[in-house]
Amino acid sequence: MNVIEVQHLRKQYGAVTAVADISFTVKKGEIFGIVGPNGAGKTTTVETLIGLRKPDGGTVQVLGFNPQTDASELRQRIGIQLQQAAIPNRMKVWEALDMYATFYDHTVPWEPLLEQWGLAEKRNATFSKLSGGQKQRLFIALALLNDPEVVFLDELTTGLDPQARHATWDAVRAIRDQGKTVILVTHFMDEAQELADRVAIIDKGQVVALDTPQGLIDGLGGNNRVRFTSQNGFNPEDLRPLSGVTQIEQQGKQVIVHGNGALLVNVVLALSQQNFIPTDLHSERANLEDVFLSLTGRTVRV
Amino acid sequence: MQAVGKMTWIELKLKMREPIGVFFTLVFPLLLLFLFGTIYGNEPTPFLGGHGSVDNSVPGYIAMIIGTIALTGLPVVLGEYREQGILRRLQVTPLSSTAVLGAQISTYIVLALFGTALVVLSGMMVYGLAVPSAPIAVLLAIILCCISFFSVGFLLAGVMPTANAAQAVGMALFFPMLFLSGAAMPQEVLPDALVNFSQLLPLTHVVNLLKGLWFGEGWDVTAVVVLILMFIIATILSAKTFRWE
Ligand SMILES: Nc1ncnc2c1ncn2[C@@H]1O[C@H](COP(=O)(O)OP(=O)(O)O)[C@@H](O)[C@H]1O
Ligand SMILES: [Mg+2]
Repeated sequence: MNVIEVQHLRKQYGAVTAVADISFTVKKGEIFGIVGPNGAGKTTTVETLIGLRKPDGGTVQVLGFNPQTDASELRQRIGIQLQQAAIPNRMKVWEALDMYATFYDHTVPWEPLLEQWGLAEKRNATFSKLSGGQKQRLFIALALLNDPEVVFLDELTTGLDPQARHATWDAVRAIRDQGKTVILVTHFMDEAQELADRVAIIDKGQVVALDTPQGLIDGLGGNNRVRFTSQNGFNPEDLRPLSGVTQIEQQGKQVIVHGNGALLVNVVLALSQQNFIPTDLHSERANLEDVFLSLTGRTVRV
Repeated sequence: MQAVGKMTWIELKLKMREPIGVFFTLVFPLLLLFLFGTIYGNEPTPFLGGHGSVDNSVPGYIAMIIGTIALTGLPVVLGEYREQGILRRLQVTPLSSTAVLGAQISTYIVLALFGTALVVLSGMMVYGLAVPSAPIAVLLAIILCCISFFSVGFLLAGVMPTANAAQAVGMALFFPMLFLSGAAMPQEVLPDALVNFSQLLPLTHVVNLLKGLWFGEGWDVTAVVVLILMFIIATILSAKTFRWE
């Protein structure tokens, strides 16, 4: 069953085309990643899904609702963490939950949510006194208050330190494991790769690829790399005929062998036959960054 | 309805945690009451049309509370709520825009009534402030003045690009009115030219309306018309200019 259907969505801000032509469907119970560089149109797409913006073209359906005409009913059943949002600085954590709970017909008790999201001892702290990670967890708790069927998370981990990021990733999996559908919007390729069941890669307002993270990486062909430092008298081109090698790249003294299959074993055997044992040799797996690079010719961080 | 009530209650608690706001809406009117009450007492005097100084001042202090909230409080808070994304977060709940703005208005009305109650009760207990001959009419008039002035506050919040700009313009509008309208000091000490000019200031009409009802002179029709017109115009304009982000 499709929870979200987006067909040929288009949205302009004056002369700026934020979303050119985006189509995708989201299935019940999955974590659907929307990734792409800043300015790609991810937030605009999500904002039309939650009825905050009117599309200039195309159609959007969420849980069978048109977000434009049925915004209030739709919002009873979805949870939202916005990229840019806040509660008043002097509002206490428990007051925010207590207040937002009155906005919904159906809610879960908020005390267990506080426990679950590690905010129990912060219940009397004001919003301005919370750390970045605590604020994000409060926003997740607010998004889950109405026991939503679909949860939208936009740049959830931006600005968090690595430890808080990893804790947040576990939290997102926990939401999916409760049977909820999660729309995860991020400009971090590693985050989408780590969490998403399926990923739409967005660039310049268009979907440039849509598949499981592994499917996207497999689609690259050579999805492994072996990297080591060369030495005098060694000719990297000797590795070319090996089974599984697709490309050989040299960056100064660094040799990068691209390929697939048993690439690492083949390269190591070939090198040892030449009595060349580089100590820094290691294998790298291709990731979504590589997928983005091969699709657009650019790296994500612009 | 439950949502509006809860939001009003929590917003009121937030106002009580804001020292500057508490000072200007609740404490400052009391300071003026005690300062001038101590100096001039509340004996009737011909200079003030046969009224005592405290009796003559308290309706003005109420006008001052309404004006402070409407022009220096509400537009700044709404501007900040917009800039920080607080309005955006509220906007993506099932709550209607009307409910969100309604809760803001009711918060400020309760706040104005609370400030009024403090100054009126203190005036009665300490200086024997005259009880208004038509208390219900006074209450209704205060609410009319609130709604009319708060609609101007919403307009300011909508047309000013930032909270800081709203604050600057709000103060520039409020302070001249505060001293010329009779809110902070009796118009009896002003030259006639300024008194005539003050008829152009909306806060003067608040003072006139409240004083008239307090002294049992009935509704000041000019004031009522001015305040209702101001409400209609500001509401129409702010419906067009109010921004959620
Ligand atoms: N409210 C707005 N007004 C004008 N332009 C906007 C607005 N919001 C976003 N944009 C522009 O639309 C494009 C897409 O932005 P956005 O959807 O926020 O991208 P992302 O979330 O992928 O970073 C960008 O060029 C951005 O500058
Ligand atoms: Mg974004």
